[in-house]
Amino acid sequence: MNTAIENHWYPVAMISGIDGPRETLLLGKKITLGRKDGTCWVKDATGKALPTVERFGHLWTSPGQPNRDLFTIPEADSPGRRLVDVGSVKVKCSPLRAVENFLDIAHFPFVHTDILGAEPHTEVDRYDVKIREEVDEVWATKVKFYQPQAAKSAAGGITTEYMYRVPAPTCSVLYKTCPPRPGEWDIITLFVQPLTDEWCEVWPWMALYDDESTMSEMVSFQQLIFMQDRSILENQIPRKLPLDPGMEVPTQADMTSVAYRRWLKKIGYTYGAQLVAA
Amino acid sequence: MILYDYVLSASCYKVRLMAALLGTPLILRAVNFHPAREHKSPEMLALNPKGTLPILQDGETVLTDSADILRHLTMDHPEWRSPDDDRWLAFASDLNESLGLARLHDVIGYEADIDTARAAGVTALRKLEAHLTEQRFDGLIFLTGKAPTIADIACFPNTALAPDGGFSLDPYPSIRLWMRAVRSLPGFIEMPGIHRLHELAHPA
Repeated sequence: MNTAIENHWYPVAMISGIDGPRETLLLGKKITLGRKDGTCWVKDATGKALPTVERFGHLWTSPGQPNRDLFTIPEADSPGRRLVDVGSVKVKCSPLRAVENFLDIAHFPFVHTDILGAEPHTEVDRYDVKIREEVDEVWATKVKFYQPQAAKSAAGGITTEYMYRVPAPTCSVLYKTCPPRPGEWDIITLFVQPLTDEWCEVWPWMALYDDESTMSEMVSFQQLIFMQDRSILENQIPRKLPLDPGMEVPTQADMTSVAYRRWLKKIGYTYGAQLVAA
Repeated sequence: MILYDYVLSASCYKVRLMAALLGTPLILRAVNFHPAREHKSPEMLALNPKGTLPILQDGETVLTDSADILRHLTMDHPEWRSPDDDRWLAFASDLNESLGLARLHDVIGYEADIDTARAAGVTALRKLEAHLTEQRFDGLIFLTGKAPTIADIACFPNTALAPDGGFSLDPYPSIRLWMRAVRSLPGFIEMPGIHRLHELAHPA
């Protein structure tokens, strides 16, 4: 283990779901978490208290010494948004594979058929990708895709615009056209807790403008989408994400993934990664 | 008819699938089973004191057992019934307590004696494979005969979702062919983890 991996913040629980002390795994090590007098705590296996942050409805911790605050999503604070705790899904895959899948658009017509995509609208147009050095994040912008049902709140097919942001190695934030409020972005996140390097607990969270759907309907919609991905994720080979070229041949649609892998390599984040092309 | 539904539940999917195959419209009410445990809320317990899903409400009738719901939906559809159904409806609940439990354990962290569930799941899959192989020898593709009945609809979801709970279906060719036959039925609908047949629908 090294500081390039340990010094990050990781999601470990949905705050509203903590009802008593509970054990879980973080980076292959046992931790315990709970809540006392309204404040969450986390301890490692030796009983040492670990740092905590409560943000986006989730409890975050770090086994190391994070050298910066957990990222923020200022847009999520704007009034009128509904904050949706989606709950967690466990997946037997590398945490980096889970994030990479979230960044991919090309699979929509085949995995999320008639919802996030549909044949013959399979082409991914060119978009912009950048590692923003000043904030040390990966960003993809001007991503456009035709979607039969972009959100629970969408009435019919629309061309949806996306922006993807990777603010931490196991987290991604998606900004997406908001069907009932053109001009605003819906926010959908994927927070991944690396239980081990090939097993993760995924905590999606959303901040949406939607005055029509019930909370249960919004949760169902997101769980449906994520469970469609799960069986694909569990069958990807190689199981760890290759950071060196050679094993997998990217296409233009994979520019975000290429930038993500390059950035992981640059910051030395190798947990769940495969370093030498087999 | 109103179905109180959870999108990831195999038992709710039995009902959605049966209704879709019959062309019977359902009004779906999403229940937040996970993470909010809404099926245990006072409103839901008032409707179903057992606190389980699915719940089907048809006028004054409230049904909370998926086998009863399948029978109710096919009341006027004798072609979906066979004298052998009861045995397979009972088998479907064995599947739910083995394959289904392992899936909830692996996906949403449900408490379970996972080794027991896995062993029972493999036993059940072998039993199903043996029966479907016998059926194929007799030129029959479905559980009770040439045509599908509620027996197939009851047993299909947890079987098809078994990989979610860590079971491989590779060793069971008769089960795989049977699943293909179910997925080929006119009006078939998918659920997360069960894909439609588009990959082989249009051979080159």
